[in-house]
Order: sequence, then C-alpha cells, then structure tokens
Amino acid sequence: MKKLLASTAVMLALALPGVAQEYTPDPAAKPGGTITITYKDDVATLDPAIGYDWQNWSMIKSLFDGLMDYTPGTTELRPGLAESYEISEDGLIYTFKLRAGVKFHNGREMTADDVKYSLDRVTNPATQSPGAGFFGAIAGFDAAGEGGLSGVEVVDPLTVKITLSRPDATFLHVMALNFASVVPKEAVDEAGADFGKKPVGTGAYKLAEWTLGQRLVFEKNADYWRPGVPFLDSIVFEVGQEPVVALLRLQNGEVDLPGDGIPPAKFQEVMADPAQAARVVQGGQLQTGYITLNVTTPPLDKVEVRKAINMAINKERITQIINGRAIPANQPLPPSMPGYTADYAGYPYDVEGAKKLLADAGLADGFETDLYVMNTDPNPRIAQAIQQDLAAIGITANIQNLAQANVIEAGGAGTAPMIWSGGMAWIADFPDPSNFYGPILGCAGAGEGGWNWSKFCDESLDAKAVEADSMFDPAKSADRLKLWSDVYMGVMEQAPWVPVFNEERYTMKSERMGGEDALYVDPVSIPVNYDYVWVKQ
Amino acid sequence: MAAYLIRRLVISALILLGVSFITFFLLFVLPADPVRQIAGRSATAEAVENIRQQLGLDQPFIVQYARYLGALVQGDMGRSYLQKTEVAELIWSRLPATLLLMAGAIFCELVLGLTMGIVAALWRGRALDQTLMVTSFVTVSAPQFVVSLLLLYVFAVKLGWFPIGGYGTFAHLVLPAVTLGILGSGWYSRMMRSSMIDVLRADYIRTARAKGLGRARIVLRHALPNAILPVIAMIGIDIGVFMGGIVVVESVFGWPGIGQLAWQAIQRVDIPIIMGVTLVSACAIVLGNLLADLIAPFIDPRIKLR
Repeated sequence: MKKLLASTAVMLALALPGVAQEYTPDPAAKPGGTITITYKDDVATLDPAIGYDWQNWSMIKSLFDGLMDYTPGTTELRPGLAESYEISEDGLIYTFKLRAGVKFHNGREMTADDVKYSLDRVTNPATQSPGAGFFGAIAGFDAAGEGGLSGVEVVDPLTVKITLSRPDATFLHVMALNFASVVPKEAVDEAGADFGKKPVGTGAYKLAEWTLGQRLVFEKNADYWRPGVPFLDSIVFEVGQEPVVALLRLQNGEVDLPGDGIPPAKFQEVMADPAQAARVVQGGQLQTGYITLNVTTPPLDKVEVRKAINMAINKERITQIINGRAIPANQPLPPSMPGYTADYAGYPYDVEGAKKLLADAGLADGFETDLYVMNTDPNPRIAQAIQQDLAAIGITANIQNLAQANVIEAGGAGTAPMIWSGGMAWIADFPDPSNFYGPILGCAGAGEGGWNWSKFCDESLDAKAVEADSMFDPAKSADRLKLWSDVYMGVMEQAPWVPVFNEERYTMKSERMGGEDALYVDPVSIPVNYDYVWVKQ
Repeated sequence: MAAYLIRRLVISALILLGVSFITFFLLFVLPADPVRQIAGRSATAEAVENIRQQLGLDQPFIVQYARYLGALVQGDMGRSYLQKTEVAELIWSRLPATLLLMAGAIFCELVLGLTMGIVAALWRGRALDQTLMVTSFVTVSAPQFVVSLLLLYVFAVKLGWFPIGGYGTFAHLVLPAVTLGILGSGWYSRMMRSSMIDVLRADYIRTARAKGLGRARIVLRHALPNAILPVIAMIGIDIGVFMGGIVVVESVFGWPGIGQLAWQAIQRVDIPIIMGVTLVSACAIVLGNLLADLIAPFIDPRIKLR
C-alpha cells in the first residue's frame, strides 16, 4: 500500500518558501590565512551524533554536512548534500536526490548507503545520541536498534527515500541538524567510541590536530564540494582560556575571535572605545530567558498568582544587569522566530495590579516560595533582582543557588516551584516555532525528568501543536505560523512562564577578519560561520 | 624498613579504597542525574531508561561500585559519559602539564616561604617579622583570580616579558608557577617560622652558640635541618592539592592541567572522570606523604621508621 501511494502520488517537486536561492559569498573574499579562536571549556567531542554544546555545534557544522543546510547568516533552508528533494502529496515520503561526487575526508565517495547508515546510527539507542528524539517522525523510530530504521530506504546510490509515520512540517529542519550529518561507516567502525576524537565527514574543514585539553586545528578541505569555499587555510581553536584573558589577547593581536564573547565585566569598557566597538557585531539570537512557575505547586497552581508574578517582574531592570545585552520579552518565542506574535502586548509591569491579583486569589499577605537558579554569573544576580521584585508584592522567594545539573534535576522532578532558566534554557535547535513548545511547554516534557519545568500540560494546546506540525504543505506555511502564534497566546493566557528577555549576541572580531556582519551573528553557526569568513592579510 | 614499607603500602591501599567508596557514594546520592546530561533535553523517558540500563546506572549502589572496582583493578577507569573518551587517556594527556606546574609552584613556594619563615624567626617580634607575617596572611587569603589576572596583566600584557597564557615553553611556566608560589608561600613561611623558633630555643643551639659558632653556620647547619621536617610533610599534602587541580590559575593562564578537566566533569556529572581525577589525586597525596616520611630519617637520623 505504501509503495502504491509513493508511486501514484503526485510529487511536489519544489522549493519551500524560505528555501533560498544560491548564496553568493563576499566577492572581496580572499582565500588563505589562519585564524585563532579561544574557548574556556574544553571541546567534549566532534561526533555529530553526540556533540550538543555551545562550542562544538558550529565546529561540527564545518566538519560535516547533512542533506539540508542553511543559507549563511540566515535561518533559510537550502539543500546540502541533497541536490534536490521531493515531498509526496500526503507529506509522508521525502525523496532526496544526492549530489554526485561528494567525497569524505578519507577520499571515499559519499552515497545513499552512508545517509541511511548515519540516520540508523543516530537513532540507535546504543549510540546514546542526545539528538535521537528529533527523528521521532521517521517510520520505525520506536523499533530502532541494530536493525536500523525501516523508514529510511536506499533507492539507488544517489537516492534516499525517507518515510514518516506522521506528517512533520519541521522535517527538513531536522535533516539540517548536526545530528543528521552524514558519516562514513568504515571510519566510525575503525575509531569506535573514539570517533568523536577522530571525526571524518564531508565538511569544508577536516581535523588536522587535536592536543587534548589544549588546542584543535582544522584545515581546509581542498576537495570540498561547494566551489570556492572555505576561504581560510586553517583554524586554530585554543581551549581552557578565561574570557577576560581571551579579550586581552585579542587586544594584543593574538586572537581573532573570543568564542565565549565579551566578558560582562569588560563589556562597557569595550563598547566605550570606538575602535573596539567598531569590531563588535550585534545580532539577534533564538533564545528566551524565562522563569518557570510550577503549576502543580500551590499557590502557583492558581492562574491569578501566576499572572500577578508576570506583572511583578521588572524586565527592563533585569536586562540592565546583563549590560543591556537583551531585550525584554513578553512571550515564549523570540522576535526573530517565525510565528512570533508582534501585536501582543504581554503582561504590563504593574506592581499595584499584581498585588490586587494576589489579593483576589486570597493571598493578600503574600507567601513563601523557592527560586532555583544556576550558580554561574550573571544568573545569581538576576535571581536577586527577581527576588526583590517578588518581595515588592509580598512574595518571599528563597534563592536556591545550585550547579546546573542539580537545577535541571529539580526542574525535571517537579520539586522546584520557580526556576530562572538562565544558563540552561532555551536556545532553539532549529529556527521553527515548534522547537519552543514540545519539550518545554507541551505535555510530553511535563513528565518526570522532562524539561517542562512548569509541569504545564494543556491537552487542547497540544492538539493544536500537533495540527500545526502536520501542516507540511509549504503553501500553508502562513496558516501554520498563525496556528503556532495561537498556541503561544494560549500559553500566555495561562501564564506558566514569565518570559523575561531575549538575549542579543555580541561577537567581537579582530581587525583582519573579513566577511559580512551576518556571518558573525549567524543564527545557526555560533559564534561564526567558519566556512565563509576570511582574513584580510 | 621493608616491613614498615609493606605496612604503609597496605594502609595506603586501604585509604584509597575508602576514598573511592566515599566518592562513589557521594556521586550516587547526589541529586543530579548523569543520564539526563547524556540523553539531552528532548529525550523521551524510554530513551533515558535505555541509556541508564546501558551504563548499568539502574543497578543498586553496591553492584555499581563493585563493577567500578572490578574494572579499576584491571586498569580500566572507564569512558567519559559525555566525551566517550577513555578517562585514563584524558587524565594522562593532562598529567605532564599538571606535574610541571606542580614542580614549578612548589619550588617557588619553598624559595619564598622558607626565606620568609627563616628571616621572620630570626628577627622574631621585630617590625620585619610582623611585616612578613602580615604579608603571608595577605597572600594566603588573596583571591586566586585577582592575583593571577594582576600578574598576567602587568608582566604579560603591559611589560610583555611573558606570553599571555598558554603552555609549551619555560616562559609559559613562569607566571602561573610564581602566582601559585606567592599564593602558597604564606603557609610555608608560617610553618617554617614557628618550627624555626622552636628549634632555636633548643639546648643544642644554645650549646652551639656557646661554642662561638657563627650565626649563619648555626642557622643553616644546625637549626635548618631540624626545623624543615614539618615543612617536608607539608609538601606531601601540597602535591595532593596540585594533583586535584588548581582550576582558577589554570584557566586564567590557559594551562592544560587536570583542574579544568575535573571542574567541567563536576559541572556535568561525568562520574567516570570525577572518580578518575579524585583517585589520581588521592594516590598522589598518599604517595607524597609516604615519600615525605621515607625521606625524614635521612634529614634527621633520630627518626626511625618502624
């Protein structure tokens, strides 16, 4: 039956709206040169099935490719290792036509078998991939194991057919995630568990050197299948360096990009100096910082109380704590995310109104509660500001200042009445409104151990979310985004969160770095898109 | 001597066993789930349970501990949960840097600390003594981050005498070693001072003085060997501190030591790494102390090892 459907269905050979035309790199770009990037934390792994950190995300993007990709500096999808693709009329079958002649770093040509192997591998529970859950829509996902995914079929050496068990409007984004990167089986077999230290991909760069705990060197893949890129001959990543020291070294001309950004203590000094400020690029980020209000913990189970807390928080003041490197938020989605509701005003900052709501809920004298926060700067300072705002309406919040893992544990277990999300959540995995719902606001994440720390679960909103994500037809994209907007407005009506701010990115670069600003605040490759930046001398 | 050594080694092994048990137990009761860290934020409950089973973390404490010990005695420290790399390889790769910084730092601590302590003892109660003791107090309580950054800024950024952090040459070692030397010298100077004062009061020193020996000869030949004993014991403890890692100084100077590895592992509940680093540093403390005790008779023949 499935086969019949596939053969008779009228294929939609197409470009989704939002799928870009060919991107033209900077015409002034010159090949050659080496840049140095620093990070405080060590790089854990470069295995695309495993890596899920701030630093290794974009490194992996440069070593590997997936079937889909993004136009540099944007959130627009473009084909990657797939040359083209077709979606069946029912939205359940994706047929990807692969580019011919793409070579892995080990010299072997990439084929459809590698695509299947890679998807089988990432979804095999034995791989322990933190990204396995993204592939839940592929048929056979629940039975995935050594036998692989029944939904992924090799049609011929350059054609892969992926069958879904339900329509998924985000599927092309999923195929652009690092977790969907194509890896060569023989290299994985040879390295075993050490593949993360000996990565082999098809990407613009290959790993040339890795001195554990000290530095990594990427060198240009001369055989890269995208013509003309990358520009740089090599990139040196130095790890284990304090951000403050990285900035000193940048000022001294030894570093080109401080990977951890401008340290808070130095931000004003840098921005006050015109010469340095000119080398700072500012851009949006698909991030929201929020306070979760546990709807199963009295008195936070009362919607009036949650609304009162929403009205009590002075978001402007909190953004000042982080040197104004954020804009106040009024809804879960960040403004640069499709589906953001621009005409929504949010809860006003209104202390008297908040007190009145509390009194209506029978809590005129306030109450005592706990606010959990991760113990790295600036989060404890932000928690103190929240504590003061709550005190102003009579709520005594005791701050529980803990290590990240402990806060996540308390949030998952549902023992934390309130959590400030800073340092932990939530940055989008891919630029689609769907990614801000399921794990953090939907019923799926509300169970024991899930990331929905409010334990908020509204079946009707969940149903709407499912409906929205089944609208795979690009022509209905606008309707889909409207539906998502409704979902988030429904969430705000019940106020399980206080959305506090959306962080802005500030990337600092050395004098000699070239390439358009958008590459330095690339929404997908953070901190920069390594494949397209270049150096002036 | 041989009997003494065997007894000490047996006791050392028991101490290490105790350390491993306590650390393992603390990590077991810690309210943070390593499996959540591995499984990622979008994982389903089934996926989490599956990983828990694969790692054997669904087993009772005693089974997990026995498995860990069983592997350990065969030389297998396991693989990092998040990096998937062998813990032994991770620690081994950072060992040279850790040992080098330890040697440099202890050298600086001894030179600074012993000089200050001896001078303070000889001029006991005078202005010089008081100044030195206040200085030692200040260095012991000074925040590592500030001192490291200050030295880095002055001597590397402004004066350009040393590289701004990093690892590889002797020049890279100087600033972090001196920083640690300054920060740790206070302990040594105070201990040296009180030990020296005790010894200087002893009868045999009075005798030496009565014989008309020169002051320098009395201090260096007669007093110092006895006064230095408790200080040597302290080096043994210091070795353990350095093997456990000095997170702040390492990260300011970009020094690839064991501290950063431990710190990141603790943040993310990477139990195999935490266990590995703890055991390696415990080993170092135990061996350091053993070594200090073995050396003692050579410095002071009155001490007999039994």
